[in-house]
Amino acid sequence: MLNGLIDRIQHLGAITMGSFQRLGHAGIFLLQVIVSCAAMLVRPRLLIKQLYSVGVQTLIIIIVAGVFVGMVMSLQSYYALVDFGAEDSVGVMVALSLLRELGPVVTALLFAGRAGSALTAEIGLMKATEQLSGMEMMAVNPMQRVIAPRFLAGVISMPLLATIFSAVGILGGYVVAVHMLGLDSGAFWSQSQAKVDLYTDVYNGIIKSVVFGVVASWIAVFEGYDCVPTSEGLGQATTRTVVQSSLAILFLDFILTALMFSK
Amino acid sequence: MSDILVKIRDLHFSRGGRKIFDGISLDIPRQGVTAIMGPSGTGKTTLLKLIGGQLTTDQGSVEVDGLNVHELSTSKLFELRQRMGMLFQSGALLTDLSVFENVAYPIREHTKLNNAMIRHLVLLKLNAVGLRGAADLMPSELSGGMSRRVALARAIALDPMMIMYDEPFTGQDPISMGILVSLISELNNALNICSIVVSHDVPDTLSISDQVHLISAGKIVESGTPEILKNSQSEWTHQFVHGDADGPVPFHYPAKPLLEDLYLEGS
Repeated sequence: MLNGLIDRIQHLGAITMGSFQRLGHAGIFLLQVIVSCAAMLVRPRLLIKQLYSVGVQTLIIIIVAGVFVGMVMSLQSYYALVDFGAEDSVGVMVALSLLRELGPVVTALLFAGRAGSALTAEIGLMKATEQLSGMEMMAVNPMQRVIAPRFLAGVISMPLLATIFSAVGILGGYVVAVHMLGLDSGAFWSQSQAKVDLYTDVYNGIIKSVVFGVVASWIAVFEGYDCVPTSEGLGQATTRTVVQSSLAILFLDFILTALMFSK
Repeated sequence: MSDILVKIRDLHFSRGGRKIFDGISLDIPRQGVTAIMGPSGTGKTTLLKLIGGQLTTDQGSVEVDGLNVHELSTSKLFELRQRMGMLFQSGALLTDLSVFENVAYPIREHTKLNNAMIRHLVLLKLNAVGLRGAADLMPSELSGGMSRRVALARAIALDPMMIMYDEPFTGQDPISMGILVSLISELNNALNICSIVVSHDVPDTLSISDQVHLISAGKIVESGTPEILKNSQSEWTHQFVHGDADGPVPFHYPAKPLLEDLYLEGS
């Protein structure tokens, strides 16, 4: 019985040590990627190509999701506020929810699911088909040519996508509030203008989306680069990207919200 | 200039707790085809990665052209690799680039030649492997044999001093195999370089090799010319070269007696 207990403690210790080792490995990897980003100054075309792949091709899902989230927010806010005669505040409610929380968080979750998983799969497949090894043997650093452009494209795309998400969400909310529920257009915009603060709400939302962009892109490229180069390993790495990114985004959102909006 | 291009001394290498090389030493001459042969899983590809500096030794040294590969800085290692070519088993072509751009890739990365010059060079390299007409195809449109020929054209793009071939004949039909065998031999003679061929395809590899090293269980079992190995008195070498099903390398993986495994012993 004692031996069994010792075995379990050893197993737990090995798992813990392994997790910290992997975290340390990922940290060193991030530093290498950041240093390699300097290569983009010489070869901006690599970055532009990835901005299209990571950013532009994610645009459709962001716009569609943004419109619907804004419309639902508008409906829910109306149903809650109308009982108190405060339905004119629907615009403020929609705008603040989107700019502070839903814009950065939902965009980051969609980004992790669409672009993050694609990045992991692409890099993992390049590893499995020896393309990364082939580059190394051609004296080309894959960190500069493959990893850094994808990471940087993710970091740049995220705040832009989150801003677009919030903008189309507010427009979706406006359409529902004014054209479906019959609220006053002037009240919708003027209340929003009066209550939304550029620094507290807009800038903090952008800071959140930058942080989420760094984390989601880091996890995606690391999982691809570090995956076991088999079909099973690639599948597991892609799953890990989505799961870990989503949890990290939600956890960081709590931390950032506590830091940014505490009174 | 020494006649020896690759000098390996007392090389030890383990992975995942398994000893892959247990103190091997060998020399590879500057010119000619040297084959590294042995059963699957003996570490032939690992040896190429150690020579190319993609893996690091546990003990011992690997020198290429007088430089200890594992003591070089990253920039010096990359400089050395510009003088090495490697043909991977899968071809390792960049799938988002056309055949032309794949061959042009190392030239664009490491030279400042203009587009017209690059075009000439790439077409000449592709012509050497018989695929000038496939310049505009994408890697997904190529057969396995064609992929390896494009990869070969890419490997010689910078006129290297050595080319390493990792299992070049695996999974090839007889025609592709014949083309690759003659290409390796002809390119080696035309460019007067060092070719290191890792393979377990005995007849074809022996037909083009000047020197062969047989590796098994982390050691060099035997070295010599193809003729010496074909007439070797060693039972292991005889079994490997002639493909005998049983011999020093047993047919059965080590196991308990069959009757014991079937619970029939004593019944």
